[in-house]
Amino acid sequence: MQAVPGPDMDIKLNLIAVKTIMRKEVLRVLRIWIQTIVPPAITMTLYFIIFGNLIGRRIGSMDGYDYMQYIAPGLIMMSVITNSYGNVVSSFFGAKFGRHIEEMIISPMSNAAIIVGHVAGGVIRGIFVGMLVTAIALGFTQLEVQHPLIMISMVVLSSIVFALAGFINAVFARKFDDISIVPTFVLTPLTYLGGVFYSISMLPEFWQKVSLANPILYMVNAFRYGILGTSDINIGYAYLIVGVFAVGLFTASLMLLNRGIGIRE
Amino acid sequence: MHALSIKNLRKIYPNGVEALKGIDLEVDAGDFCALLGPNGAGKTTAIGIVCSLVNKTGGSVEIFGHSIDTDLAAAKACIGLVPQEINLNLFDSVLNIVVNQAGYYGIDRKMALERAEQYLTELRLWDKRFAIARTLSGGMKRRLMIARALIHEPRLLILDEPTAGVDIEIRRSMWTYLRRINAEGTTIILTTHYLEEAESLCRHVAIIDDGQIVENARMSTILRKLQREYFILTLRDGLSTAPHLENFESRLLGEGELEVAVDAGQSLNQLFACLSEQNIVVVSLRNKANRLEEFFIGMVERKQANAGSAGA
Repeated sequence: MQAVPGPDMDIKLNLIAVKTIMRKEVLRVLRIWIQTIVPPAITMTLYFIIFGNLIGRRIGSMDGYDYMQYIAPGLIMMSVITNSYGNVVSSFFGAKFGRHIEEMIISPMSNAAIIVGHVAGGVIRGIFVGMLVTAIALGFTQLEVQHPLIMISMVVLSSIVFALAGFINAVFARKFDDISIVPTFVLTPLTYLGGVFYSISMLPEFWQKVSLANPILYMVNAFRYGILGTSDINIGYAYLIVGVFAVGLFTASLMLLNRGIGIRE
Repeated sequence: MHALSIKNLRKIYPNGVEALKGIDLEVDAGDFCALLGPNGAGKTTAIGIVCSLVNKTGGSVEIFGHSIDTDLAAAKACIGLVPQEINLNLFDSVLNIVVNQAGYYGIDRKMALERAEQYLTELRLWDKRFAIARTLSGGMKRRLMIARALIHEPRLLILDEPTAGVDIEIRRSMWTYLRRINAEGTTIILTTHYLEEAESLCRHVAIIDDGQIVENARMSTILRKLQREYFILTLRDGLSTAPHLENFESRLLGEGELEVAVDAGQSLNQLFACLSEQNIVVVSLRNKANRLEEFFIGMVERKQANAGSAGA
């Protein structure tokens, strides 16, 4: 018979459960690699060719770096963000739609473990695609990492934030259309306006201030600072904002699961 | 000890439908209990609450003494659920599905693989372990859901119409399997529309109707409540009209088949004595419907009659 979990067993049970979800998520990404890995590689290659190589030559330098070098960190971060988000929203909503989410809901694992497992799956895919895009970028330009710890910590934190956002989207989604609305109408505009392709110092003062309300601006700039050593914003603020988003979104996700929103009738 | 103890359980859905109107139910450890009722009676809602898939409006649920309000993880660890609808990840392999389920219960991968081999073999799915779930037949998917529910070796197994749409051979093999794990100590709660299945397997019956428990007793007690049973007799020689059998109602179904009603208090010996007096030879005898079905139909008919008279 299955042992009944007590305080001592809880941690072990939840660790095994998180590992199980992570493993399942990684296998899912690999199983459907043509949907999960190939498209971002192709899209980012096109960005580098068109924006970096063809148009970038005419733009010249930005903040003292050639345009290809300048946009590379932003494009890497963009792929990490969209893939972390996309992985969790599609996987968790798919489990809801196919009702195999019930496998997890009826089990004794904690709701926090369900969230951590899925977010970890999203982060793994985000980072993996980010590394792939970095490899592609190195085929077009040279990148010498100035602050490796900042680069790594910011990419992981940003990935966590967007994996959590994807999780919340999936919790509320009732049909497949609902999982594409946020990426199309919120995530993409915020990413494009988040300083991936330009320095906000190029904008009029009013739009510079508006841009500061975009969390992706902080992620892209902090990541760019980690690689190139240049940023439009204060790195301390970037950590504070990303940290607040991570804690806030995790808390919100946990509250939603505890109340059974979108999961239990 | 009670495997399941439900007290005053209520559920009102957001649309105002009152699915459960304060039900009480206790299932002893080791029992094999049928939870019966017409469609929409509240069976699946009750099971959903017990398994944490549905939020309750009021009342309490304890599984082996663990309250789902204060000791949820321990309560959940005791339960295995085979739901009514297929809820497998249809894009995953048979082996992954059961091994992952073990992981959700904190069973390490090595042990999960050992148990997966054991349960998939017992349920005749080991050869299909690498098959993707969507390629399985309906019966295989049902058996896979049973293997998945057993992988953490629950003390209480809840099966919500596990044999729906399954052919008779597989259904019988599932019955044998369920009898075996019940004999080994697993408490089982079964909902089914096949009343023959419930009568054959279960020792205890709870009937739920319109969100209320209307019967809750041992199977033998319920069957003793039957006021009338119908038997179909196959006769050696054909008859042109129904014979007059003193104290028994009868009607001719075909040339060689006779339907006879036997009321509570009457015996088959009396019936055969009447038949012998008239030189009618009976070749075989069977129930028109199974006994639990007759009880259930009688209960529904009485309810409808009461509703009709109340409305008149």
